[in-house]
Amino acid sequence: MRARSTIQRARRRDGRWALLIGLISTAAFFGVLGWLVVNAPNWPRVQASFFNAQEFQAALPDIVGAFRKNVQLFGISEVLILVFALVLATLRSLPGPIFFPVRLLVIVYTDLFRSLPGALVIFLLGFGVPALAIPGVPTEPFFWAVVALTLLYSAYVSEVYRAGIESVHPSQMMAARSLGLSQFQALRYVILPQAVRRVIPPLLNDFIGLQKDTVLVSFVGVVEVFRMTQMKQSAHFNFTPYLATALLFLVITLPLARLTDWLVSRDRARGASR
Amino acid sequence: MNTPHALRSLGQEPSPDGVPRPALIIESVSKSFGRLEVLRGVDLEVAEHEVVCLIGASGSGKSTLLRCINLLEPIDEGRIVVGGQSITDADADVNRIRRRIGIVFQAFNLFPHLSVVDNIALAPTKVLRRPRRDVVEEADALLARFGMLDKRDQFPDRLSGGQQQRVAIIRALAMQPDLLLLDEVTSALDPELIAEVLEIIRELAGQGMTMLIATHEMGFAREIADRVCFLDEGTILEQGPPDQMFSAPQRERTQQFLARIVAAGRL
Repeated sequence: MRARSTIQRARRRDGRWALLIGLISTAAFFGVLGWLVVNAPNWPRVQASFFNAQEFQAALPDIVGAFRKNVQLFGISEVLILVFALVLATLRSLPGPIFFPVRLLVIVYTDLFRSLPGALVIFLLGFGVPALAIPGVPTEPFFWAVVALTLLYSAYVSEVYRAGIESVHPSQMMAARSLGLSQFQALRYVILPQAVRRVIPPLLNDFIGLQKDTVLVSFVGVVEVFRMTQMKQSAHFNFTPYLATALLFLVITLPLARLTDWLVSRDRARGASR
Repeated sequence: MNTPHALRSLGQEPSPDGVPRPALIIESVSKSFGRLEVLRGVDLEVAEHEVVCLIGASGSGKSTLLRCINLLEPIDEGRIVVGGQSITDADADVNRIRRRIGIVFQAFNLFPHLSVVDNIALAPTKVLRRPRRDVVEEADALLARFGMLDKRDQFPDRLSGGQQQRVAIIRALAMQPDLLLLDEVTSALDPELIAEVLEIIRELAGQGMTMLIATHEMGFAREIADRVCFLDEGTILEQGPPDQMFSAPQRERTQQFLARIVAAGRL
């Protein structure tokens, strides 16, 4: 009893030492790094162009306003992607020779849109389709931007769903069918609920990518945050607005990235305990 | 007929003339996986309320036969008739047929994302489209009958193997099948958990449930079966009442198989 408490005390002391050493080492490392940067010969020029407090304050309100457009873009696209990709993955998992053309179509689609550069698809839809001037077909760039992002990212997300569906053991499908559930009911009530739970981390990863890719939409004339930033930058020839935009993206995507990592490590811990 | 479904004796009404009708007829059924012939012309009849045990070495075709009856595997040749209806015809409604034939697997195969009661209620609510309230009431009655009511809200990974298998049996019973297929349901269980599962099967047999049971539990087969069939290389080599099959098997292969079982201390 006494021996154990001595060991515990020793461990706690070691732990406190480790923490202290870590703190000192981190402070020293970043202190030296910061000192080197700030005392570099060209630092004042860098600071004036990239870290200008006045420029930052002046640009921020408009940039935050334009960022709302990006939030709308990925907000709407994400909902559409979740639904459309699930439809694609379900179609691809239909069995039997009758459904071969359907599966083939989905395979061609996912291969195509994963292979093409996103900017190219956005250009093609955002400029190309309105240029056709077909009556009744929308011409707003925002509409086509959402369509392009949905088409592009549904290809990735449907593959994520499919990996999830295939990770559910075939005996689950067999058990469901043996109870009289149809193929569709088995997918809907047994396979998909298990699959979706497993794919949440990779799904969030794709959404981080999507959120960053919303800036590509500036190419087709949607005034979103990137376009706004460019305008602010060229007005005073100062790059600080880019820093403001970068911070906005970090605020949105960093927590999502952390959440994804946390979910992955939690699942791994659960898997190990089983 | 005012008693709730779950409390009614399981199994079928006796035929009008009192003579047991065949619940299941298997006629020269063959099945191959690629070049591997697993079933080579199996013939078997199971009467209503009869309990038939399939014994035989691993790979003799027991599991495949059960899966063919549930149409989980398509057969290559032959015919299977359940309750007077040929189920292997090309135009047979697979989903409708499966409602009448319950199957329980060696590996339980419970749905891990659903609680015990939802595992049981899923098929009756979605397949039979019965009101959830009625289905849950029956599920609770079945759980209570087999001493599992306190587990109704648990998820499968919180249950022991024996408990999971009991839930799997209840899940099959909730569809009120005419015929129950049990595929080595105790083979994946620790020895001390086998008894609780066998107890359920014993009770079902006592209530007249028609069952076809693939098993390695020879003692149990001897006790519960009305008839024992020895499956060897994809055919039923020998069959008869359990006492005769276990005490005085006629065929040499049967004798050899049982001698190995005895040598392993399993009989």
